[in-house]
Amino acid sequence: MTSSDAFISIQSVNKYFGSFQAIDDVSMDIGQGEFFSLLGSSGCGKTTLLRMLAGFESTSTGEIFIDGHPMSDVPPHFRPVNMVFQSYAIFPHLNVRDNIAYGLRKQKLPKSERDAMVDEMLELIALPGYGNRKANELSGGQRQRIALARALILKPKVLLLDEPLGALDKQLREQMQLELRALQRQVGITFVFVTHDQEEALTLSDRIAVMSGGKVLQVDTPAGLYETPTSREVASFIGNMNFFRGTVRRNGASAGAVEAEGLGTIPVPIDQLTKPDGAPVQVALRPEKFSLSGDQPTADLAVEGRLSNTAYLGERSHYYIKVPGKEDPIAVSSTNFDRVSGGSSQDDAPVWLSWSPDSVVILDAD
Amino acid sequence: MAETSLSQSQAQAGQAPERSLRDRIAGKLYRSEALRGYLLMSPTMIILTIGIIIPFFILVMISMWTRDGFGFDTTLTLANYFEAAEKPIYGALMQRSFWISGLATFFTVLLCYPMAYYVAFHVHKNKMMWIILMTLPFWTSYLLRVFAWKVILGFEGVINSGFMSLGWIEAPMEFLLYSQTAVVITLAHAWAAFAILPLYVSLEKIDKSLLEAATDLGDGPVARFFRITLPLSMPGVIAASFLIFIPTTGDYITPALVGGPDAMMIGNLVQLQFGPMNNWPMGGALSIALMLWICAIALVFLFLTRKAQEKLT
Amino acid sequence: MSDMGTYIKRPNRALQFYALIFLIVLYVPVLFIPMFSFNDSIYVRFPLEGFTLQWYVELWAREPVWAALFNSVKVGAVVSIISTGRGGVAARAITRDRVPGRAAIVTFIMMPLVIPGIIFGVALLVLMSQLGVPLSLYTVGLGHLIVCMPFAVATLLPRFEGFDASLEEASADLGENGWWTFWRVTFPVVFPGVVASLLLTFTISFDEFIMAFFLTGTDPTLPMYIWGQLRFPQEFPSVLALSSLILFVSFILVFIAQYIGRMGLDDEKNLA
Repeated sequence: MTSSDAFISIQSVNKYFGSFQAIDDVSMDIGQGEFFSLLGSSGCGKTTLLRMLAGFESTSTGEIFIDGHPMSDVPPHFRPVNMVFQSYAIFPHLNVRDNIAYGLRKQKLPKSERDAMVDEMLELIALPGYGNRKANELSGGQRQRIALARALILKPKVLLLDEPLGALDKQLREQMQLELRALQRQVGITFVFVTHDQEEALTLSDRIAVMSGGKVLQVDTPAGLYETPTSREVASFIGNMNFFRGTVRRNGASAGAVEAEGLGTIPVPIDQLTKPDGAPVQVALRPEKFSLSGDQPTADLAVEGRLSNTAYLGERSHYYIKVPGKEDPIAVSSTNFDRVSGGSSQDDAPVWLSWSPDSVVILDAD
Repeated sequence: MAETSLSQSQAQAGQAPERSLRDRIAGKLYRSEALRGYLLMSPTMIILTIGIIIPFFILVMISMWTRDGFGFDTTLTLANYFEAAEKPIYGALMQRSFWISGLATFFTVLLCYPMAYYVAFHVHKNKMMWIILMTLPFWTSYLLRVFAWKVILGFEGVINSGFMSLGWIEAPMEFLLYSQTAVVITLAHAWAAFAILPLYVSLEKIDKSLLEAATDLGDGPVARFFRITLPLSMPGVIAASFLIFIPTTGDYITPALVGGPDAMMIGNLVQLQFGPMNNWPMGGALSIALMLWICAIALVFLFLTRKAQEKLT
Repeated sequence: MSDMGTYIKRPNRALQFYALIFLIVLYVPVLFIPMFSFNDSIYVRFPLEGFTLQWYVELWAREPVWAALFNSVKVGAVVSIISTGRGGVAARAITRDRVPGRAAIVTFIMMPLVIPGIIFGVALLVLMSQLGVPLSLYTVGLGHLIVCMPFAVATLLPRFEGFDASLEEASADLGENGWWTFWRVTFPVVFPGVVASLLLTFTISFDEFIMAFFLTGTDPTLPMYIWGQLRFPQEFPSVLALSSLILFVSFILVFIAQYIGRMGLDDEKNLA
């Protein structure tokens, strides 16, 4: 997506709080109708970036465009965005109806029309008839939906959500995730969603921006982030990952090879190799990309190791295999293999790992 | 996001919506949070400047002038301060003021502490009511509360006439009124309601689980109090002490109504300088001197308590 | 807190007794004033002579009393409104905005709590005389403003501390500018604090004497009037009657102020 047709365009934005740099040269483009997530651990700057989109923080340098218009002099109440706050920010002195209708005052609509719109919203968030209840007395999940309705009723071009599901318990959170996704599809608005929960981001988003220390590490689809991370930080943030130190052995025209600790010299897809012969790299392999067997498999790519630890999780188990040449054990995720391929699952049992060269990801050395 | 229909059509046409001058100024203000803050606080800052900062400067200035007939000789001089330092009456009155205030502070804090402790630890229902009751008297007229004590302690006052009619004493007790004791009692009573607040707050803040831990480790109630409660409530004790000591040193109402000549305090002298004695520069000098002494005593007090705390921990 | 070990929460009879005595000693001296205001004698002493309302009735006819009362009410009303308004702004700034130098501003506002009133009084007096401003109810009002603002701030501070900052942001996000946000969100939420502050500062100004003494011109406030009457022993009973009325009104106003002021706050936040 190019900057010119992006709906939201963030260009070289920096933000300083005193001498502390919260946002470091961040640029990204978000398309219309996308469910876009900002993902990172606390302090990475994702909330600051969201607040800059909303207008509660100004940029120190750089520019933000929404629908082609620069936003630097535009205060929050003039921006075509609405926000769902982490604490929901439900007005305690108003009832549900007045909360939802709050932003409609400026439109000076007749009461009947306003009421109709509120009722429509109440239906949308599955709280029909709650209009006259005191907003404060409702549960967390209900207040969250009211916050949503309050924002959506204004038909914003962009909806910003600041970790809206963080305060909910697991079951409710999963349910709300599905509802949010469906809602977004239904209204077709661009959602910018902030979270620290990578599973949540993977479930909901069209694209995700992974942030750390004020910088953007990678912007990609969930699958892209998972299968082809561009840095160790992103790779280990999303899901689990095995890392192997290695050196480039051959970077030829049609094939490449890397010598990796514990794995030996392994073939690597040529499009992964950007470094010359002899350069240090890291080899990354997801736990579920390994296959386990008790006997030596027929595939070429295999190493033998010893089972050092097992974590049983019901439908699958995590196995930790120690191979010579590598200090840390390799994490392997598999359905319980002793029923499948007849090996032993006792500690220290010999075990064979195999994998396909396409599942290898090459990253820069630390 | 609600926009007017005009700006909506403009937006569709690809232009930014036209905003009025006021909105554009608001936009600029929006970018600078500090500017917004200052604008909001400017009336307050004006009041503070007129009411506090400038008067103090002028007070310092006038303290360095001298009286010249009915006007002022405006050559800057420290003569007033020297006079205050030399003439024994000023030093004596200053000392007496600190002594009386100190006594009043000591007794007030001592007597209020158990009350604050009670409400913080032993009251569970209607705490708010207790707090209100404890502090209510303070918000009413200081003058009237001092006057009440005049009525009580007087020669034919409540105590004397009451005891006499009960037959407990033959003749009225003269020492009650117009003495330093009277001033100390009145001050302690008048300021009790104010002192109790910081004491209560710091006692209330103590994490009760600390006391439970101490008990678990073998302390009885007395040990618990001295090892945990008292040290942790020290900030409140210090705050309360300051809150009583500092204002009472400059009090002139209480000495005037119940103190008599034996208990005249520095505040009365300042009042005289601005009144019948008509020596404003001297009055100013005494006021500034009082403030400086208060600062000095406060610093010494803080230093001592910090030393004591370090020794204990 | 309600499930603490019983060994700490055993009711302590001695302390209970102390607390009771404390409250009695705190209130009784003040209660003597009303007691003797109904006494049929110009001497304030025991034994009581008999019940009478004459001192109150006599007050009614006194022109200067009404004038002084009116003055005090005027000053009190103005001072309470201004100090509450400014105090609210300051309380909000303390808890919210990042304005450089706000700590200094707050320190200055709170100074009257820790500096003897007489110093403020004489300093203002000197300033007014140097500027050639005649002493009047306006100068008294200024003095009261300085004295009342710390209390306004202290009353409003808990309200703003418990105030979710994102409420105002949400209002802005939904389209309201600063002015509308204030009236639609901020004010309704801090309203109990505002009422409490108005009542409290009014009472403080109404009863205030220390500053008034130095800054009064030809129109006395009620406390100044009383001070003047204290010179005449035969006026004592009327002074008692007037004082009783003032005490009564003050108590009620402050009680309501404290009650409303603490409404809806946690106990932990019930400071001053």
